[in-house]
Amino acid sequence: MTDRQDDLEAQFAQWRQYVQRRREMRQSDAEELEDHLRGSVDELVAAGLHADEAFLVAVKRMGSLDELSREFAREHSERLWKQLVLTGGTDSPAADTRSRRDLLTMALCAAGAAASIKVPELFGMSLEEDGAFYGPNVGLFVLPWLAAFLAWRRHATKALIGVLLALFALGAVAANAYPLADDSQSVVLTGIHLPIALWFVVGLAYVADDVRAPRRRMDFIRFTGEWFVYYVLIALGGGVLIAFVFGTFEAIGISPEGFIAQWVLPCGAAAAVVVAGWLVEAKQSVVENIAPVLTRLFTPLFTAALLAFLVTLGVTSGGIDVEREALILFDLLLVVVLALLLYSISARDPLAPPGLFDKLQLALVVSALVIDVLVLLEITGRITEYGTTPNKAAALGENVILLANLAWSAWLLLGLVRRRTPFAVLERWQTAYLPVYATWAWIVVLVFPPLFNYL
Amino acid sequence: MKVTKDLVAASATPMVLGILAEADSYGYAILRRINELSGGELDWTEGLLYPLLHRLERLGHVESSWQSVAGERRRKYYRITPSGLAELAEQRRQWDTVVGALKEIWRGAGDSRPLIAIPLEGQA
Repeated sequence: MTDRQDDLEAQFAQWRQYVQRRREMRQSDAEELEDHLRGSVDELVAAGLHADEAFLVAVKRMGSLDELSREFAREHSERLWKQLVLTGGTDSPAADTRSRRDLLTMALCAAGAAASIKVPELFGMSLEEDGAFYGPNVGLFVLPWLAAFLAWRRHATKALIGVLLALFALGAVAANAYPLADDSQSVVLTGIHLPIALWFVVGLAYVADDVRAPRRRMDFIRFTGEWFVYYVLIALGGGVLIAFVFGTFEAIGISPEGFIAQWVLPCGAAAAVVVAGWLVEAKQSVVENIAPVLTRLFTPLFTAALLAFLVTLGVTSGGIDVEREALILFDLLLVVVLALLLYSISARDPLAPPGLFDKLQLALVVSALVIDVLVLLEITGRITEYGTTPNKAAALGENVILLANLAWSAWLLLGLVRRRTPFAVLERWQTAYLPVYATWAWIVVLVFPPLFNYL
Repeated sequence: MKVTKDLVAASATPMVLGILAEADSYGYAILRRINELSGGELDWTEGLLYPLLHRLERLGHVESSWQSVAGERRRKYYRITPSGLAELAEQRRQWDTVVGALKEIWRGAGDSRPLIAIPLEGQA
């Protein structure tokens, strides 16, 4: 008899799971319906049915879950719009406490980041005049707090926290230990590459729970894209806020310019780094990832633009004017193409057969490659002619790294389109390549200044 | 005989409010009561009842609370509110009008003696 009771309970549990999987139904709805089902079963058992028969009949009577949830959706249409519940309002108390603790830790880390950016002022630095100090150091004020938040969320081990601290300390050394002139190229290079290097340290904190898993690395790529989108959105909102503060205070004869430039803007920008990271974590399963959607929109457009450029170049046969700016521009172009590739990989169903979109991507990558090879031929000629500088070396190095990645990606994409290579290989290639970017950023930050005599 | 879906839907609100006006109740019991009252002719589904209860709750006509009555499971009980009673009175007025008009018509068609009054009995 108890066996039979257990069976019945197992059936109820399974049924409950089915119901809870429906977005239209909340936990309390599932409980209410379960009570209904139990009432039905009790009545059927009283009428002489066995428990399992009664269960089947009762479920059958309730009708299909599809129909049931359609009816629920008509009353609760707001549930189909996934809402981001910051705290409270979720169904399980455990998730509630967790999200509240997340919120608290995020607030602490954001406040820490905002305060950090103001700390140098205690030592007589000023945002306006000491650009050569703030430029390379800005990542060091902010990103450790984001890493701290992520490491806290992932319950990072002591060893990993030690590694994180050591890497941030190394970053601090790289930014401040070398005797660089305020207007040297290396200061600018460090200012660009140190945040990138530190972002990969944040990545290490992100994958803290499973450092070696490629899946986690792909998650970090997704995190990066979503973080960027959120940061831009927050910045837009912040801009509107500042405009209103400015306008309203001006209207009553008080100029808030100094306050905004000294406090609101730097502290807000620093805190937003942590807030955006927290938002991505909090909404992971709530809002559709936006970066892959943007990728879908822009992949065809970029492909068309690049092909148009190639055709025009072929027709006019004027050659590319390769100044330093041009090299950086083409570096950025490769970064964009790589990002388009990465984010569509991040959102692609690994088992889906190759489709039109994969072919489009192959076209995009190949045309970017052709353009880049033309640029590279041009630039190496220049370098051998005039000698090298830190800027040229960095830009060239990046170009080669991106080129290598895209060339092999193109080969794998070709295999994918011809159904020779499974998609997973492409995915693994991209995640395995991540350390290369990190290593390069660290090399530029650590090795370049002494290599080029602190130029 | 099956009552059509439209008619079931139209009469759902006054029926649920009326049952709750008798006593506080929960979903399964409400469905049983409707079954009993209609002699099994009204075919209500859970997909009709529960979203309706939730809508009435949203409109403030009923209140719900999880309660456990001695010896029973914990259940979500619904109670009618003053605004629900007012709604019920209003619906009842409308239904009386509709039912009254239908009776006038059918009495005329049924026995071809249109102007003789038959006392109205046993109608809600």
